[in-house]
Amino acid sequence: MSSDAIALGSNGQEPSYLDYKGKHSGLLGWILSTDHKRIGILYLCALTVFLLVGVSFGFLMRLELISPGKTIMDAQTYNSIFTLHGVIMIFLFVIPGIPAVFGNFVLPILIGAKDVAFPRINLLSWYLYMIGGLLAVISILLPGGPADTGWTFYIPYSVRTGTNVMLALFAAFTLGFSSILTGLNFVTTVHRLRAPGMTWFRMPLSVWSLYATAWIQVLATPIIGITLLMVVVERWLGVGIFDPALGGDPVLFQHLFWIYSHPAVYIMIVPAMGVVSEIIPVFAHRTIFGYKFIAFSSIAIALFGSLVWAHHMFTVGMSDTGQFIFSLLTMVVAIPSAIKVFNWIATLYKGSIDLAAPMLYVLAFIFLFSIGGLTGVMQGVLSVDIQVHDTSFIVAHFHYVMFGGTGFGFFAAMHYWFPKMFGRMYNPRVAKIAFWFLFIGFNILYFPMFIMGWLGMPRRYYDYLPEFQSYHLISTIGSWITVLGILLMFYNLIRSLKSGQIIKEKNIWGGETLEWQIDTPPIHENFYEIPVITSRPYQYKDNEEVITHKEHK
Amino acid sequence: MEKHEHTSEHSHGYSIYILVWLALLSLTAITVAVAGIDIGRFTVATALLIASLKTFLVLNIFMHLKSESKTFRVFVGVAIFFLAISFILLFADYSFQ
Amino acid sequence: MSSTQAAEVHVHRDDVGSRMGMWLFLFTELVLFGGMFILYSVYRFTYADDFHIAAKELNTVVGAFNTAILLTSSLTMVLSIIAIQRNQKSLSLLMQGLTILLGLFFMVNKYFEWTEKFHHGIYPGSEELLAKNSGEILFFGLYYMMTGLHGIHVLVGMILIAIMAVATKRDLINHSNYVRLENIGLYWHLVDIIWIFLFPLFYLIT
Repeated sequence: MSSDAIALGSNGQEPSYLDYKGKHSGLLGWILSTDHKRIGILYLCALTVFLLVGVSFGFLMRLELISPGKTIMDAQTYNSIFTLHGVIMIFLFVIPGIPAVFGNFVLPILIGAKDVAFPRINLLSWYLYMIGGLLAVISILLPGGPADTGWTFYIPYSVRTGTNVMLALFAAFTLGFSSILTGLNFVTTVHRLRAPGMTWFRMPLSVWSLYATAWIQVLATPIIGITLLMVVVERWLGVGIFDPALGGDPVLFQHLFWIYSHPAVYIMIVPAMGVVSEIIPVFAHRTIFGYKFIAFSSIAIALFGSLVWAHHMFTVGMSDTGQFIFSLLTMVVAIPSAIKVFNWIATLYKGSIDLAAPMLYVLAFIFLFSIGGLTGVMQGVLSVDIQVHDTSFIVAHFHYVMFGGTGFGFFAAMHYWFPKMFGRMYNPRVAKIAFWFLFIGFNILYFPMFIMGWLGMPRRYYDYLPEFQSYHLISTIGSWITVLGILLMFYNLIRSLKSGQIIKEKNIWGGETLEWQIDTPPIHENFYEIPVITSRPYQYKDNEEVITHKEHK
Repeated sequence: MEKHEHTSEHSHGYSIYILVWLALLSLTAITVAVAGIDIGRFTVATALLIASLKTFLVLNIFMHLKSESKTFRVFVGVAIFFLAISFILLFADYSFQ
Repeated sequence: MSSTQAAEVHVHRDDVGSRMGMWLFLFTELVLFGGMFILYSVYRFTYADDFHIAAKELNTVVGAFNTAILLTSSLTMVLSIIAIQRNQKSLSLLMQGLTILLGLFFMVNKYFEWTEKFHHGIYPGSEELLAKNSGEILFFGLYYMMTGLHGIHVLVGMILIAIMAVATKRDLINHSNYVRLENIGLYWHLVDIIWIFLFPLFYLIT
């Protein structure tokens, strides 16, 4: 979009947010900072650590499954490892993920604001996140052993097991609270802090995504909050609520659990879709196709996503009527997602495609998310789900959408905004090599799971029949290639923080959103002067301020 | 200017609040009285209806929803919708078991 | 909004934004209790007769009285805001104090209700309770959970209002800057609304 001719700032007049000296200096200046950019970086550091921990657990699981029977751990350990793999990946990486890191860093800038609506609550969100993470880690280390219920904490086992379920539940509760506060902050920010002239339909699409996500965070998260709290109370005080021995209904627990956890998957994917909508126009050198459709589809996904939760429960004894209704609604929720995919592809058409690292991740996203999404629709068909529920087909499906979707979206965002955030450039060749390891490894890791799941391999099983071994072997080898890719990717990025090429230009990619019109890295208050927005977003045209370096691609 | 938004809105004084308070107390009395009458299937519905009426008064008058911008009312609508749809769909399962 | 904001010159205060944040937080509280209401509705549907029997243990008069107390505290709360808007500081302080007092009254009643039940052996995990029907056990499980969590919210509200009262006394909350008091008021009203639903659903099952 074009903005006032008044310069939004020239380089070097003020220190960047990295060098800014506020009330506190050094480490305190970071962990007491209410600057949304610093908070985004704090989240990035923490999330990276938890991602690597979660990946290690996954790696260990795959090692165990390389052959039937015991390989490197006993069954109890395996149960705990898949539980913590899920809890850490879901609550500490994928759900906070893009909103906490990139939403925090970029959202205020995208709408022309100096910060979010409630900067101190933003910092509190991070503290709650860290406390939740700490509780999860402690639950692994304390006697009693880490929880072994699966991340879904189903009744009655979650009330019976002697492992550290309480700590895990408190961790999830605290993390939920962190998520709620972020959502509350973002909704208010988008309503109240848009720059003059930025109407709703002049907002970038990633803002629409973050806004829709924020609503789900606010409305859906408390349900799991209270549900987990009730399990805590049931375990601790023996209050009869879900326990069937006391007349409770375990299926009701599942309903309440999924009333949050299904919308939660939209908290996971919608921001990633927002990232895709940002990156594609830049690297295809074309205006996004169907802006309003994409904007409204974000809202539609949030809306319809709240109506389908029981498709996780088709086999537990629901009424036929219930099953039919939820299956039908599941078909409907796929539509807005498909609309996005069509619009992205239409944007690529006749574009001048630049296969820089961010673009590679985004293209991979479209491919992997489509597979994941379509298999989701397959699972929404009742007769199919009876066959594949609780098999590794489901595991493959959700890894395609959560990892191939959100994960790759997160990595795309990292490679896209890294230069702006740190004023450094990573090695583009290494980035691409890491990408290919990751992409190829990913498919070798997860595609066999579709096949063996279809053939009957159950999920969360420590042991299995010999007929599945070759699939498991291939999958485990895939996990090694994937992990190599992840490690190479992070090595490249982390190394570049210190020794990457220094970037001072405002707009190395040729983007049309506001973050590419300000200093690299941004100054403390983002803008020297709040811009006035006078035209619609993403008018892709030659822009004098754009300096595109071929060597960055 | 936002700071002065409220002062002009509420110069109609304390009386509206006293009136609403009396209405709320009356509705409470009605609820208790109705509970003593056997109306079978409609017991819950009536209780919820009266409770909703009380809530409507608290939301609009005590919480000043009536004088806030339309955005706030849309927000409340969205929140209530989310809860309502959860109830409805849940009973789509339970009423047919 | 003006086309350029010289944010460094005057402190930018956004009362509407502040209230918006509070309303969003209230939605989370609504859904938090909503989850338990969902549980209640399914179990009542399933165990209608047991719920009816169990509800007889509750004292309708005390419940109704507590309802009146909380409704009155909502009145005093909103009056405290109107008072501060009109620069009537002492009236506002009086109303805030009354609100806290009424909250205390509510909690005292609650305390007596609960201890009376404990005395009759009706508490989570008790032999007496476990000997009853499933629906009755669930009724009391929900009763303690929901009124317990509600009570915690009342206590927190009382503390928050006390903090507001101190701020009012120090003129940090005054007739041109009272959004914090409004926000605490909003919270208090929500706590009242939750009780408005709790009361008939637990005390008035015929």
